Amino acid sequence: MLTIPPFEIVRPRSLGAAMDAIATGGVLVAGGTDLVPNLKRGLLDPKRVVSLRQVGELRGVRVDDEGALVAGAGTVLADLAQDARVRETWAALARAAELVASPPIRNVATLGGNVCLDTRCPYYDQTTFWRSALGHCLKTCGDVCHVVPSGRRCVAAFSADTPPVLIAYGATVTLASTRGRRTIPLQDLYTADGAKHTTRSGDEIVVEVRVPRPAAGTRATYVKLRTRASIDFPALSIALVMVPGADRAVQSMTLVVGALGAKPRIVDGLGSVAIGRPLDAATIEAIAERARAACHPLDNVDVDAEWRRAVLPVHVRRALQAMAAP
Amino acid sequence: MNLIGKRLPRSDSAERVTGRTRYTDDLSFPGMLHAKIVRSPHPHARILQIDPTRALAVPGVRAVVTGKDMPTRYGILPWTHDEYPLAVDRALYVGDAVAAVAAIDEATATRAAELVDIQWEVLPFVLDPAEALAEGAPKVNDTAREGNVTKHVELAFGDLDAAMGRAQVFVEGDYSFHGSTHAAIEPHCAIGIWEPAGVLTVYSATQVPHYLHRELAHVLGLGADRIRVVQPPVGGAFGGKSEPFDLEFCVAKLAMITGRPVKILYTREEVFYAHRGRHPMRMHMRVGATRDGKLTACDARTLIDGGAYASFGLVTTYYSGQLLAAPLALDAYRFRSTRVYTNKPACGPKRGHGSVQPRFAFEVTIDKLAEALALDPIELRRRNLLAPGSRTVNELAIRSNGFEECLRRVEMASGWKDKFGKLPRGRGVGVAGSFYISGTNYPIYPNEMPQSAVQLKVDRSGRVTVFAGTSEIGQGADAMLALIVCEELGVEPESVRVVTGDTDLAPVDLGAYSSRITMMAGNACLRGARSLADRVRSAVAKRWECSPKEVALAAGRAMLREDTAKQVPIAEAFTWAETDEGTLGAVGWYQSPKDVHGSYRGGTIGASPAYSFTAHVAQVSVDVETGEVHVERIWIAHDCGRALNPVIVEGQMEGSAYMGFAEAIFEEHEFRASGLHRGPSLLDYRIPTTLDTPELESLIVESIDPEGPYGAKEAGEGPLHPSIPAIANAIHDAVGIRLDALPFTPPRVLKALQEKTRC
Repeated sequence: MLTIPPFEIVRPRSLGAAMDAIATGGVLVAGGTDLVPNLKRGLLDPKRVVSLRQVGELRGVRVDDEGALVAGAGTVLADLAQDARVRETWAALARAAELVASPPIRNVATLGGNVCLDTRCPYYDQTTFWRSALGHCLKTCGDVCHVVPSGRRCVAAFSADTPPVLIAYGATVTLASTRGRRTIPLQDLYTADGAKHTTRSGDEIVVEVRVPRPAAGTRATYVKLRTRASIDFPALSIALVMVPGADRAVQSMTLVVGALGAKPRIVDGLGSVAIGRPLDAATIEAIAERARAACHPLDNVDVDAEWRRAVLPVHVRRALQAMAAP
Repeated sequence: MNLIGKRLPRSDSAERVTGRTRYTDDLSFPGMLHAKIVRSPHPHARILQIDPTRALAVPGVRAVVTGKDMPTRYGILPWTHDEYPLAVDRALYVGDAVAAVAAIDEATATRAAELVDIQWEVLPFVLDPAEALAEGAPKVNDTAREGNVTKHVELAFGDLDAAMGRAQVFVEGDYSFHGSTHAAIEPHCAIGIWEPAGVLTVYSATQVPHYLHRELAHVLGLGADRIRVVQPPVGGAFGGKSEPFDLEFCVAKLAMITGRPVKILYTREEVFYAHRGRHPMRMHMRVGATRDGKLTACDARTLIDGGAYASFGLVTTYYSGQLLAAPLALDAYRFRSTRVYTNKPACGPKRGHGSVQPRFAFEVTIDKLAEALALDPIELRRRNLLAPGSRTVNELAIRSNGFEECLRRVEMASGWKDKFGKLPRGRGVGVAGSFYISGTNYPIYPNEMPQSAVQLKVDRSGRVTVFAGTSEIGQGADAMLALIVCEELGVEPESVRVVTGDTDLAPVDLGAYSSRITMMAGNACLRGARSLADRVRSAVAKRWECSPKEVALAAGRAMLREDTAKQVPIAEAFTWAETDEGTLGAVGWYQSPKDVHGSYRGGTIGASPAYSFTAHVAQVSVDVETGEVHVERIWIAHDCGRALNPVIVEGQMEGSAYMGFAEAIFEEHEFRASGLHRGPSLLDYRIPTTLDTPELESLIVESIDPEGPYGAKEAGEGPLHPSIPAIANAIHDAVGIRLDALPFTPPRVLKALQEKTRC
């Protein structure tokens, strides 16, 4: 079988100790469901791994004084998906968490790991032998992109399920290191460069994600397109949060699409087609068309790009129709 | 019969599902080394030089072997010895083996394998079978006599021109079947052990220990009497482990060089490179019929993409044509099939070897014909059944034939008459039928010895041990042998031991392929068990002063047939027999009948002692906006002759239908222009999960075959065939599109839907 190269492992028991440990170098691991396959495939070769498994303060979900959800980065996805408060108030987040991979993976994979999930590409997520046979790419040590041969920037696909929903809900993320602590809107964590798709410094630990309590009457949904009903990463993902105002007109709407480029795309231009309008057939069609125009699937996922482009507006429309239903 | 036909649990299921089964990789031996195979990163390249210096310098490395250490060509068929254990001068595909490194552990071997320095001269390559046939194409395998052709077969039966002339309606079309692989969950694994006395033992996850035994002797230049092959329980094979592979030769050679046991376990990626999966085929088919729905003739031409080596390719080429001649009768039939070499992993036998692909083309053609004739497709099939006891147009003798009953069962169970053509748009049903061999009538190397044999040992403990050369690969072969022993000798299942998969302990059996074990090893076992039972009954009769015919052996006892109160425990009866006859043992063997096929060249290929029959109805829903096909349910009616154990038969039927469904909807064994496999992993090569799998309803049909043990025929491969065309035909019923190229992925379905709208 594929073997994992040897490395030193450090197991701090507190966040402080973890920050100290990672400050001197290494990579972080929590559930390991992203890191371990990547180690087996030779995508990285760390000399030192800092495990967050025993940092208890990173685990757990609470609701703060303002009614916002504060989810520790070490919370496993199965627990997040099953939490009664999450299911009640942030149901689309519970849905996204329970659509990740398979039950055994959700039992160990963490929210923080999902937020930091490496971008994926059919030319990258391969063994050392396969990648050497083809020639290396921008995300490894090569100087060519096999998806867009003329491209200078890696377009590996954003493949995590929870961030599009979190962004649509307006979540912030808190990172901590020995240098300090910062809290930023989650979308600002991501960059358009698939080779380095987050602004997280190597010594920073994702501590928690805070999701504001949605306004009364908010409708939210998460749609995951994938070939099989389990296991697969998204071929496309759609997160949609809509706040209805008076007369059932749309007061605000956020539409986030994943599995396009290296970061989730927040579909812009919805103001002119959706805000202040009733969610009727014409509005729905306009929003779906806006999504189609804004999103350009690439061959960075091994499901036909043209097909993904064709069905995106169909699924946006269906999600909106379900929302509009009384 | 006491136990035959009863729903019994398998003796090995508890250990399989609780993780206690010891597969090859679970075995470890003192001092064992691990080896890693070095593979070609090029689809076609000459090896200029191999320098193992840096690899040998790694601490813990014990030996490196290259093609020069085993420069003997081999191949599963004696007519096509066209591969080496390790490439000698040229590597023919990305993943072709060129060297192997043995070290104290797997990580060291892996690291050292990357340090074997190979100088390559990169050569032009060809991936497309049509391009491989073109003039000036790079020569892939230099054993090919003509260009890149592995085999060309052209056979015609009946008067084709006259039969086509009688036809009033024709359907003609092109079909394409992508390749697919087996995706057995257990990767290939082998361990070689060289004893100082000069005896080689190879443990391997193989489904054909006997053929491996022969090829090891051939390549290593050792007497077959000095080699032992042991096959531990196998975690799935499906045809993918039915010939020798590089790893078995490498562990043997490295064990001989180092004097230490050596293990190789493939990575999942290597399993994809070893492959031997279903051949991609491009098929052109023309079928004619009269206006009242009588088929007259079929004319087929098939281009078969073989990959770099022949494997069972000669047989595949024949099967692609020979196995279309039933269950429907044809007046005339011609097929022209050509298998070509390309610079890709070699294709070979996968469940339903050679005939799943043309069956797809044929059954879709029949559906189109029914549409053209405005006939119900089940009715069209009914009008073309073979007459009982007849021969097919290519002279295969068909004895038991439950196809008509299979059609009736799926028609009833599916509610066909209320559904076909009547469901709302987006939902539909489709039907297809097929037949398959119960074992190939001839061994792959010509000889007239038994094809299966068992030895039976009975002693005063009451225990019976069966020694058979068969392979338990998850299909229930061991349970089948045990069942026959219990039925004939009256012992309880827990008193039977089955020893299989070991060439030192058991007589030769040709292996677990071509759905042959129940027919052949079952008959061998039946014969041996009956001869023992006769002796036991005689011993009892002597003491009870009755005729042996009046003695029954059942439920762990010997008893008087007419007065069952008169009885003794079976161990007592065995004691009496051992007292009278001395040590009790028996052999049984099977040799297939030779009068069941035509005498033309190739007439033996496709011939079998008996044929199974299958019909499926699939029900699908199609999302017309996205092209996603949801297969809701498949009704599977299968004529297995007699279901010795219905639980196992249903397992085979469901597993087969699942596998066909997977190939229809999900699996894509594809290569990039560079010659690299698109995604050699089980994340990228998508076999369906339980959530994706349709409801599968098994309907057993029993035609009681005159040749099979208790009338049994095969159930392991036949039930796969109709899955794919039944789904294709159901999609047509649902949304009116014809999908003549596999697989039916959402992009293809959506494209076909859009093209239909445009027309």
